[in-house]
Amino acid sequence: MSGKPVLHYFNARGRMECIRWLLAAAGVEFEEKLIQSPEDLEKLKKDGNLMFDQVPMVEIDGMKLAQTRAILNYIATKYDLYGKDMKERALIDMYSEGILDLTEMIIQLVICPPDQREAKTALAKDRTKNRYLPAFEKVLKSHGQDYLVGNRLTRVDIHLLELLLYVEEFDASLLTSFPLLKAFKSRISSLPNVKKFLQPGSQRKPAMDAKQIEEARKVFKF
Amino acid sequence: MPGKPVLHYFDGRGRMEPIRWLLAAAGVEFEENFLKTRDDLARLRSDGSLMFEQVPMVEIDGMKLVQTKAILNYIATKYNLYGKDMKERALIDMYAEGVADLELMVLYYPYMPPGEKEASLAKIKDKARNRYFPAYEKVLKSHGQDYLVGNKLSRADVSLVELLYHVEEMDPGIVDNFPLLKALRTRVSNLPTVKKFLQPGSQRKPFDDEKCVESAKKIFS
Repeated sequence: MSGKPVLHYFNARGRMECIRWLLAAAGVEFEEKLIQSPEDLEKLKKDGNLMFDQVPMVEIDGMKLAQTRAILNYIATKYDLYGKDMKERALIDMYSEGILDLTEMIIQLVICPPDQREAKTALAKDRTKNRYLPAFEKVLKSHGQDYLVGNRLTRVDIHLLELLLYVEEFDASLLTSFPLLKAFKSRISSLPNVKKFLQPGSQRKPAMDAKQIEEARKVFKF
Repeated sequence: MPGKPVLHYFDGRGRMEPIRWLLAAAGVEFEENFLKTRDDLARLRSDGSLMFEQVPMVEIDGMKLVQTKAILNYIATKYNLYGKDMKERALIDMYAEGVADLELMVLYYPYMPPGEKEASLAKIKDKARNRYFPAYEKVLKSHGQDYLVGNKLSRADVSLVELLYHVEEMDPGIVDNFPLLKALRTRVSNLPTVKKFLQPGSQRKPFDDEKCVESAKKIFS
């Protein structure tokens, strides 16, 4: 069972996109089984494939792994993108958790009820500009290296690049005050595996608009 | 800097409680710096101690670690509560993340507006009874061992037992329907380090949602 990992999710970014990014950056080919109907999801549940009746689920190395972080941690460990020791992993985890928190906040904007969107958008912009981006600009400035931890590529560089691209889609002006983050974005985007993932025709998923979300909500009743 | 870890948070459960449980279960003595006012938090922020301006923060081994999961991962690794290999860690992570999801609902509950509290509690009970607890009962049944992973104590056991206690405080008797979970709770609770933590006078924080909300508001809002 050492074939390609198989990813089970909707044809959307959601909570699987960071996993797609990490696999792609590691140069790992993967297959996707897209959930296209409520019956597809129900079958996964009934067959006992989803520990908590939730996706993402990734079949990898004989396991049916659920929970985004469990999947990311496993992939990062397996492909040597998780630092060289316990302390580097602690930094990687601290940075990654911050990034995943903000990514989730931004992703949720398209799903949230219209009456809350304005307030939540303002909060997301404030957090991006005044909390998270300054924190990572400071990390890059403090050690002057090309990568966030240990002077080599780790998962947290991939997570941060993914986030910066969403921030750019969200409001490009938020990035203007952060020259080191902009240079970082260019650098990581140019890595061969990442560059390939950024090309049209890759398994990267586009943003969804509110109308598409509404359609999906009707089908899957979330 | 091999002194005791120092935990920075308000004097309540909140997001620091899983860290207290894990350190205690590992037999690690720790100190606590309780934040009591907005100024206490502002001071930590302004001196650069909080990477994302947030607590929990734990000073440990020369680091100022924030983010609950980063802190838990480090402690679990250091004290050998994170499985023996990559695959065991994957299972431990999957189980611990499930606990964290339900725990988050429990954490938010006291802050809900009054009109939403009833629905929120009903959802917690439903998810506990019909999604999470059955999943863990099934794990224990499938391998028949004393612990969730690798036939030895891991952080997943500690997190789950903490959650069982907390949910039962909200919904008395809920664990009775899950005999293997109940047995796990008894077993883990009788480990010397955990038993000590469950005694009065330990650093475990009481179930007191109103006081918790009060303490949080004094420093956060």
